[in-house]
Order: sequence, then structure tokens, then C-alpha cells
Amino acid sequence: MLAKMMSYFLLGLIRVLTGSQARWHGCPPKAEQRIYFANHQSHADLVMIWAALPKELRSMTRAIAAKDYWTKTPFKQWLTTAVFNVIYVSRDRSAEEDPLEPLFEALENGDSIILFPEGTRGFTGEPQPFKAGLYNLALKYPNVVLVPAWINNVQHVLPKGEVVPVPVLCSVTFGVPMQLGAGEDRRVFLERARAAVVALRDV
Amino acid sequence: MYFYLKNLTPTQQIGALFVIVFGILLLASAATFLFSVRDHGDDPRAELRRTELKSVDAIIRTSWFMVFVFWVGWVTGDWVALTVFAFVSFFALREFLTLSPTRLGDHRSLVLAFFVVLPVQYWLIWAGHFDMFAVFIPVYVFLALPLASALANDPLRFLERNAKLQWGIMVCIYGMSHVPALLLLKFPGYDNRNAFLVFFLVIVVQVCMVTQHIASRKLNRPPIAPAISQSFNWHSWGIGIAVGSLLGALLAGITPWVPGTAFAAAFVACVAGSLGHFVMKALKRDRGIPSWGAQGQSVTGAGGLLDRVDGLCFAAPVFFHSARWYFNI
Repeated sequence: MLAKMMSYFLLGLIRVLTGSQARWHGCPPKAEQRIYFANHQSHADLVMIWAALPKELRSMTRAIAAKDYWTKTPFKQWLTTAVFNVIYVSRDRSAEEDPLEPLFEALENGDSIILFPEGTRGFTGEPQPFKAGLYNLALKYPNVVLVPAWINNVQHVLPKGEVVPVPVLCSVTFGVPMQLGAGEDRRVFLERARAAVVALRDV
Repeated sequence: MYFYLKNLTPTQQIGALFVIVFGILLLASAATFLFSVRDHGDDPRAELRRTELKSVDAIIRTSWFMVFVFWVGWVTGDWVALTVFAFVSFFALREFLTLSPTRLGDHRSLVLAFFVVLPVQYWLIWAGHFDMFAVFIPVYVFLALPLASALANDPLRFLERNAKLQWGIMVCIYGMSHVPALLLLKFPGYDNRNAFLVFFLVIVVQVCMVTQHIASRKLNRPPIAPAISQSFNWHSWGIGIAVGSLLGALLAGITPWVPGTAFAAAFVACVAGSLGHFVMKALKRDRGIPSWGAQGQSVTGAGGLLDRVDGLCFAAPVFFHSARWYFNI
């Protein structure tokens, strides 16, 4: 109940602040299993892309969040579990299990996921090189559709280190789904995926 | 018309106005709808007619929107009307600043603009501090915001960034806030009918701009500043002003004034509004966009609210202060 109210509050807030406009440029919103991957510049990214999805897709689409950061306080933990139902991944490599294990589990369950392959928030307009996770997922689940997305302007809403958000119109552009080519090299694929995201900036 | 309107009771005046205004809008909407379902064929002239119909349709939508805002303000009283206009300011400023790229160092000033300056300005109106609300933004905010930006330690394009922010605040908050401020002016013998003054301002400016728009399409005069606006020329501008001012004189019955004064007030509002709209066009050209809303189809998702209200944002302060100065209230 509280989580539901929180989600409506956040949706309303993000709409007032950013307009939260979704532009389905390369594919329609569709209830198939997908991996949305996007540029990452602000905490608001997660809410932004989540708000841009239609209501029906929102419940079956889960974002990835860093375990150490988002479980630090009870509020953060509650927000990410009860409201967003995120998948936690641990960033430190010392963990015994494959860091992607929770993602495998979610994909086995049929959930769609939202991934920020840069791994961390960037400062500049250009996305950093993508981490290998996207490639590993694409390799293991060839039937899941990979949808690139560009989140525009959000870094102005809530820059790293600021607390009070500022209203700026933002949009999320979803591009043409892509696939891992047969025997495609990891670096080539990741660079291609990154280019697909960047290309959406100017459409 | 003047005596007829003047002799009606306020309730009857409201009734008559709503019948007239909503009736005209309804007729106009029905007419454009009928035109749109008629088959025009495929020749270039039909194509031209279709685009013209589209622009007329956009103007009618705008008018619906403005009448609706006025109606809300009337029905609900000052407090709600102020809130409605505050939100219009908020969304207009959001559009303006989205297309004036800011840097991270501006974040604090932006927070101040949206969450401090805007509410304080509207609160000052609500509290009736007219002297303060006239100078709050031009004097105090003008100094405070650049200070917040300077403290962010980022000198790159400092003047340009601050100028943009100042302009946004001036147009979207300061200008816009003068529309509901009319609700709280106290004219002698004009109790509780100030919503008519808002209506008067909105309808006069809007009619002036629509007439100017139609005149420039029909007359096809060469534009004065083609790099800024393809349609603006003095001839159709004059026609727009004349029609707007005459309408003002006709509507004198709902104002506290006689027809001559109402004509002058409408004239002032029309001149400020139409020229302000032209100035805003220059700002849009500077950003390289045809309208604040055209980006709605592309990346920012702006709805073009500012395109609809920019004339009003310039007309309102001039109208307000000239009325206050002339009548010494």
C-alpha cells in the first residue's frame, strides 16, 4: 500500500519535473522479454526509464542496482525492493558467485530488465565504455530482445552530488532492437551497443 | 453594447460572456471540424488549405485553453487562480530553460528560481504587497541568482548563462504573475469583478494576435525581419492592434472604464503583447527552433505552452503597471 503510494508519488513527481516523455523510435512498447540498456548520468535515470514505460510493462520490468549503495539505509532498501523491485548486484569482485547470477535468475523467471552497462554514473555527455555484462547476458539468452535507449537531459535534473532536483524536460528514446551476431567478438559487440545508444541522441 | 453590458448585473454579465465566448469557440471548432472531414483532393492548393486549417485549428485550441483557465480562475476564486497561474509559470519556465542549456554550476540558481523565486512572487501577489512584487525580481533576484551561480565556481559563459536565466524568470514568472495580479487590484466601484479584467486582457491580446496572423496570411506583405519571422509586417500588425483595441472599447462594459479608456488600455496591451511575441520569436530563432513546442516531436517533449502564453507575459506587466499608474491605485 505504502509502496504503491510511493510509486504514484514518484511517477507524479517525475512527470512534473521532466514531462517523462517516451519516444518509441525503433520499436513499439511490447510485452516480450527485453533487456533495455541505456546511458547513465543520474540517479533519476532509473525512475525516468521506469516512468517512460507503459504501466503494463512496468510491473514486469526490473532495474539493476548496486547492492552496496542501495541497501545502505533501510529507506533505500525499502525503496528499491518494495517500490522498484530491483535486482541487486554486488560490485565487489571478491564475492564467490558470478555477479550476474541474480540477473540470470530474473531472466529465467521471464522478467525484462533495465541495465546501465556503463556500470556507474558518468559526468560527461559521452557514455563511458560498456561493461561486459550486456555481452554475457546476450550470449546466454539469445531470445531476449535487446533494446537500446537514450535518456536525454536527466543529468540536469539531478547532477551527481545534488539533493534538490530541478525541472527540465527530459525524454527516453527507445531504438531498434539489436542482436548479438554469430561469433561476434565481445569488444566489437559492446562498442556496437554503445554506438546504438549514442545514435539515439540525435533522432 | 456598452450600456447593455454595463446595466446587467455581474451574474448576468458572466452568463452573457460565457454564452458568447463558448458559443463562438464552439462554432469555430465545429466549422474547422467540418472543413477537415471534407475531401479536398490531392492538388497543391488543397494541400495548402489543409496546412492553413491546421494552423487555424491550433489557434482555436489555444483560445479554448485560455478561456478555460479564465473560467477556472473565475469559478474558484483568487487563491486557486493564483495557483493555476503559478503552475503555468512553472511549466513555461521549464520549457524555456530546457532549450537554454545550462551547466552544472547553475543547478543552485535553478533550484532557487523554481522553488523560491516563483512561490515568493506569487505569495507577494496573494498577500497584496504590490510595491514589493513589482521590484522583487528585477531588483533582489537580479542580484541573488548570479551570486548563487558565481559561488558555484564556473566562469565559462557566465554572462550568457545568467542572462538566459534572467530572461526566463522575467518572462515566465514576472510577466505571467501580472495576469492574476489583476485579480487583486482595487478599482473604486468595481468590487469583486476583477476576473473580468483578466478576461478583458486575455481576449483582447488573443484577438489581436489572431487577427494579425490571419491578416499577414491574406495580405502577403514582405516581412520586416525575415530572419526572425516570415509573417511579421507592420501592415498586418496595425490591423491586429486596431481590431484588438476596438474590441477593447466594445467590451468597456465589463471593465471599470469608459469606452475611450478601455480602448487605450486595450491598445497598450495589444502593442506590448504582439511585440513581445515577436521578441520571443527572436529568442526561439537564437535557439534554432521554430517553436518551443516543436521539440515535442523530437527530443525534449515540450508541449509548446510558452508559444501560447508569451504574448500575454509581455502584455500583462505593461497593462498592469500602466493601469495602476494612470488610475493611481
